[in-house]
Amino acid sequence: MGTLPGWLRQHVAALRALLVFTVICGALYPLVITAVAQLPGLKDKANGSLVSANGKGVGSSLIGQNFTDKDGNPLKQYFQSRPSSAGDGYDPTSTSASNLGPEDTVDTLPDPALVKAGKEDENAKTSLLSTVCTRSKAIGELEGVSGARPYCTPSGVGAVLSVLGPRDAAGVVSKPTRVISLNEACPATPFLATYKGVKVECNTYGEDYSTGQVVPVRGQAPARPVVPADAVTASGSGLDPHISVEYAKLQVNRIAQTRSIPVGQVTALIDKHTTGRAAGFMGEPSVIVLELNIDLDKTAPYKG
Amino acid sequence: MSSTTAGIVFIVSLLVALALVHVPLGDYMYRVFSARKHNRLERGIYKVIGVDPEAEQKWSVYAKSVLAFSLISVLVLYGFQRLQDKLFLSLGFAPVPDHVAWNTAVSFVTNTNWQAYSGESTMGYLVQMSGLAVQNFVSAAVGMAVAIAFVRGFARRKTEDLGNFWVDLTRATLRILLPIAVLGAIVLIAGGVVQNFTDPHAVTTLTGGQQTITGGAVASQEAIKDLGTNGGGYYNANSAHPFENPTAWTNWVEIFLLLVISFSLPRTFGRLVGQKRQGYAIVAVMAVLAIVSITATTAAQVAHHGTVPEAVAAASEGTEQRFGIVDSAMFAASTTLTSTGSVNSFHDSYTSLGGAVLLLNMMLGEVAPGGVGSGLYGMLILAVITVFVAGLMVGRTPEFLGKKIGPREIKLASLYFLVTPALVLIGSAIAMAFAKTRASMLNSGPHGFSEVLYAFTSASNNNGSAFAGITVNTPFYDTALGLCMAFGRFLPIILVLALAGSLAKQAPVPESVGTLPTHRPQFIGMVVGLTLVLVALTFFPALALGPLAEGIH
Repeated sequence: MGTLPGWLRQHVAALRALLVFTVICGALYPLVITAVAQLPGLKDKANGSLVSANGKGVGSSLIGQNFTDKDGNPLKQYFQSRPSSAGDGYDPTSTSASNLGPEDTVDTLPDPALVKAGKEDENAKTSLLSTVCTRSKAIGELEGVSGARPYCTPSGVGAVLSVLGPRDAAGVVSKPTRVISLNEACPATPFLATYKGVKVECNTYGEDYSTGQVVPVRGQAPARPVVPADAVTASGSGLDPHISVEYAKLQVNRIAQTRSIPVGQVTALIDKHTTGRAAGFMGEPSVIVLELNIDLDKTAPYKG
Repeated sequence: MSSTTAGIVFIVSLLVALALVHVPLGDYMYRVFSARKHNRLERGIYKVIGVDPEAEQKWSVYAKSVLAFSLISVLVLYGFQRLQDKLFLSLGFAPVPDHVAWNTAVSFVTNTNWQAYSGESTMGYLVQMSGLAVQNFVSAAVGMAVAIAFVRGFARRKTEDLGNFWVDLTRATLRILLPIAVLGAIVLIAGGVVQNFTDPHAVTTLTGGQQTITGGAVASQEAIKDLGTNGGGYYNANSAHPFENPTAWTNWVEIFLLLVISFSLPRTFGRLVGQKRQGYAIVAVMAVLAIVSITATTAAQVAHHGTVPEAVAAASEGTEQRFGIVDSAMFAASTTLTSTGSVNSFHDSYTSLGGAVLLLNMMLGEVAPGGVGSGLYGMLILAVITVFVAGLMVGRTPEFLGKKIGPREIKLASLYFLVTPALVLIGSAIAMAFAKTRASMLNSGPHGFSEVLYAFTSASNNNGSAFAGITVNTPFYDTALGLCMAFGRFLPIILVLALAGSLAKQAPVPESVGTLPTHRPQFIGMVVGLTLVLVALTFFPALALGPLAEGIH
């Protein structure tokens, strides 16, 4: 390369260097690792920790699944997984979290005209708070416990008001003229009758309440609701194979009843499929839902 | 054991492991970069590349080599993605769209690994393995090479020679990154990370539904993704994906990998300048900042202030059950303190104050401990500025390790510091100025602004993590963030190497009573203080509009 000008020589060297490293790091390295992965003990894991039921592959013990019917309603005979934001739920080809923030509390209501016509309003958006409230209420009803949570209305949406009126020096509306329950579309009866002496109205579609002060209302629900946190929040991957031990225990009575088996038998199965903290301090104790459900089908088949 | 106690043990165990490993690894890296001999494989490589490994380079030649290698890397990686449908193992995916391919090429070459695409639906096995993963190695090696060249500027006297880029690049890749990555990949497979070339295949689930089980050379990519502080996930969900990070203990291993080299390089620095105590001082600054930040992130997440977290009774949105809140927060703090940017939980759903700390971590310039190599040179620049400021205050001669910090040196160091804030603030301002670019925000109000600010902070600092709600695979964001990544990486590198050149030329000044000692707790405290003051002054207004407005009621 002695005859090439200096700047070009650098680039030729760069191209050659990149090719060399592509061979070493981009071909040899992954292939050697793949070869090592064929060793017994590693092979099954490298291939995705696949599990089967009745001799048929049904998925991976690391990837969560929906246990719902075609319409998305929970199948009562199975332990339910966490909510998922991956595609339509537990879709490994579009893994995702909800990415909604901690103050995402106000819904964008759908156009009632479209709803009436049976169409979907693309501009409508349910806030994270309302999503959590709706899930909690549904799980409470399914398991026969209270689904109440702080900042949730009894109807299962976010308890958030828009307080309209003049702002004081601190930017607070202390003497409201109108108060609207933002997430409750008319003709709903708002969760609160009055706020600071003013009657609370439902949200009329098309009216602009954005000048009001947004006030979430805590309500009387206990700080530690009966329905556990993991049951009402989506995971990061949308593929979370686990639920908390608390959420599994919440489902025990329903499972025992639907499958006509003693509660003790179900609890024992939960223990069997619970992974404790690694080395005693890493992570959280978790229950593998798919393996638990497979074991249920094996030991106490559902005769529904 | 309660969740919080277990979490504290988790964090402490990682810090202890790093404290134990940083000395032997730092010494090993010192030997790698100062060894005279080349092994047979390396000699072969130099022959193929066509360079003389004994030839020393002055700073401008070293910088040109870095830029040439990076430019070629961007072009090749761009072409690779555009042609993926013509190559094998593409899984039938179409060519990557031009603006995404540009963004991704720059992203991986600059060690940012910002991802405007979703791995499982965009990139075939071959592009992942032989395109993206190769940059995971060499972009990290480039960072280390530049850091070592910079340290040589302090260690050498009356010379223009800073070493040979091709030798440093080759040694960093083959002797440091590759062996640890091999070990890491095998450990991760044992934990359940997948490593296969099986096509994605559908299975019928227990309830009769359909689910596609994906594959890929994930473990081999995962190990170097963390070790090289790259952070580009094989899948969209990154290290939250159970195939990338299946258990609580692989989570520990991944955090360890992403911190270990950056925390060990100060030791290498100390050995190279012949004063181990200088290395201890630098690592102490990093550790102080890191521990404060980890504590703040964890505390904010455990306290879970905010409407939704209080309704849920935990900040569990976007976190995986197997990791829990504290181990997720530890990962988040570590990934933003380094230039990694991989995530095991989704920062957009973090509490307002927890998210603010993550932003602040990146705004520190990623120096605690920072990216592989870039963390060390970033921290040394801050030390240089501290020496200068302290010198002004007490009337002492500004000098660091016997080298005078004169007008030229302090100009280069200041310019270095100014590059990323300029990119972050100008970029965010432009994005917020137009309705069309504002439409990319998923959340509204201050949280939406945080998404934009986070994106530009992440790109300009070469981090790559995201408040992932924002839609960034638009031509504007792909181009703008691509430019931020490129300028945010290469302008500082040029300035660092120029500074190294002017330091190496100097004859060291003998230590006198007027010399400010740079290894005592006093100096450590000054660097920490200066870093925080500089960053606070620069970014406070922007933070006040975003996470602080949202989090403080």
